[in-house]
Amino acid sequence: MIEIDRVSKAYEGRAVVDDLSLAVPNGAFCVLLGPSGCGKSTTLRMINRLVAADSGTIHIDGEDVAALPVAALRRRIGYAIQSTGLFPHWRVEDNIATVPRLLGWPRDKVEARVVELLALFRLDPETYRRKYPHELSGGEQQRVGVARALASDPDLLLMDEPFAAVDPITRDALQGEIARIHKATGKTIVFVTHDIEEALRLATDIAILDRGRLAQFAAPLDLLEHPASDFVREFVGTQGIGLKLLSVRTVRDRMRPGETAEGEPVAADAPLRDALSLMTSRHATVLPVAEDGRVVGTIALADLVR
Amino acid sequence: MKSAALWLGVLFAALLFGMPSLHLYERDSFVALFLSHAGIVAVAMVAASIVGIAAAVFVTRPAGRDFRTIADTLATIGQTFPPAAVLALAVPALGFGPRPTIVALFLYGLLPILGNAIAGLETVPASVRDAAAGMGMSAWRILTRVELPLAAPVILAGIRVAVTIGIGTATIGSTVGALTLGTPIFDGIGGNKMGFVVQGAVLVALFAIVTDLAFERLEARLRPPSSR
Repeated sequence: MIEIDRVSKAYEGRAVVDDLSLAVPNGAFCVLLGPSGCGKSTTLRMINRLVAADSGTIHIDGEDVAALPVAALRRRIGYAIQSTGLFPHWRVEDNIATVPRLLGWPRDKVEARVVELLALFRLDPETYRRKYPHELSGGEQQRVGVARALASDPDLLLMDEPFAAVDPITRDALQGEIARIHKATGKTIVFVTHDIEEALRLATDIAILDRGRLAQFAAPLDLLEHPASDFVREFVGTQGIGLKLLSVRTVRDRMRPGETAEGEPVAADAPLRDALSLMTSRHATVLPVAEDGRVVGTIALADLVR
Repeated sequence: MKSAALWLGVLFAALLFGMPSLHLYERDSFVALFLSHAGIVAVAMVAASIVGIAAAVFVTRPAGRDFRTIADTLATIGQTFPPAAVLALAVPALGFGPRPTIVALFLYGLLPILGNAIAGLETVPASVRDAAAGMGMSAWRILTRVELPLAAPVILAGIRVAVTIGIGTATIGSTVGALTLGTPIFDGIGGNKMGFVVQGAVLVALFAIVTDLAFERLEARLRPPSSR
């Protein structure tokens, strides 16, 4: 649990974060969302004390971050950033091994962890471990950057617009991977982005920031259905709101259990948007729904708008 | 490149040991002059490198940022002040011998070393420093494991310029009692013996060129595997 309590930060008299309070439960995928200059990156960087708060406190699992030795604090928090910050003069394996080595892990444990992480990100260890960052594509660099952040198996991962600089196809794949890893590991992730679609896809909780203040903190669906202010309504976007709703609700929410239908099934945990897309491309109004490879029900076009 | 440095080095050594058989300049051995010359340059350049790199590290830290302009200005003054004038001023304080020359070369070499070290440290991407700090590396570790290795080729280029210029400039130290390969040159000018001048000049030039080529190879080796 991360408790941000009445935290403020000003630069040259201008408040960047203004009396912000936020509680992120363990295991959450919390997205800090807002336009540039809203203070989301600064908030993130105050959690691992890359930025010192002017006032207020931040506790991680009950421990005041200001009271912990800064190096020890940072070594137990994963940190991944937009431009990766990979060390250009170190091989992929040395980059990933950075924090484990700082923590003094034995050599064979570091080695095993590097191999495990490369495999987790679907990078063949034998091909990739000896390469230098400049020999990788943008997407591969970003995977290595996130793998490095996860290297010491931290409970908390901070990510500052990690996928903002990659092309849309790679971004889509990386989002899928971080969602998969979040689901598989149950880590707490605090993730900064200005991209509402990315937030809706990944978040369990979204904090919308407006000029350093918390505009709303809610689950994605709540945010779309009950925006707390005009700012939130506008930022979330009135255009395409229906499609955004379809992308945060899952097929399971609307399926008719027990029924069956013809054709390739759609996954129960897929967003409704995928079901709509499949119906459109197949000219079908009903799709079977599968869970763990078994058909468990159907979903019809009318269910999408219910 | 490799062979050029090697062959010129062999030629230099051959001349150093073979020139006495010409029976021109015979007052000092060329090997002794070379060792003294190289020693003077080495002492001055090691000192200039330590001071220059340390100053560059200091002015690129948040605490030292305000001193950046002062450091630049002082180094520029060191560079614009003619070495001959430094020698003239240093002799009353330090006496005759190698020491005034070392001071002059030190001041002369500081600017390229400091300037390149600052430039090199500033080429380290902010994101790399940010990630390093965010992962819990100490400031010292970031400096020694990340910043200096990444800046090394640029820093070395500055030292290379300073050393190459220093080898040539050291010759004038012979006018205030330093033993260098400039000694036969000034003896030749004084005694109207062109042979001495040519002997000294050829050796100094070869010494500078061989050193420059050696630095070039070292630089290539230090260059990081990427040019990002």
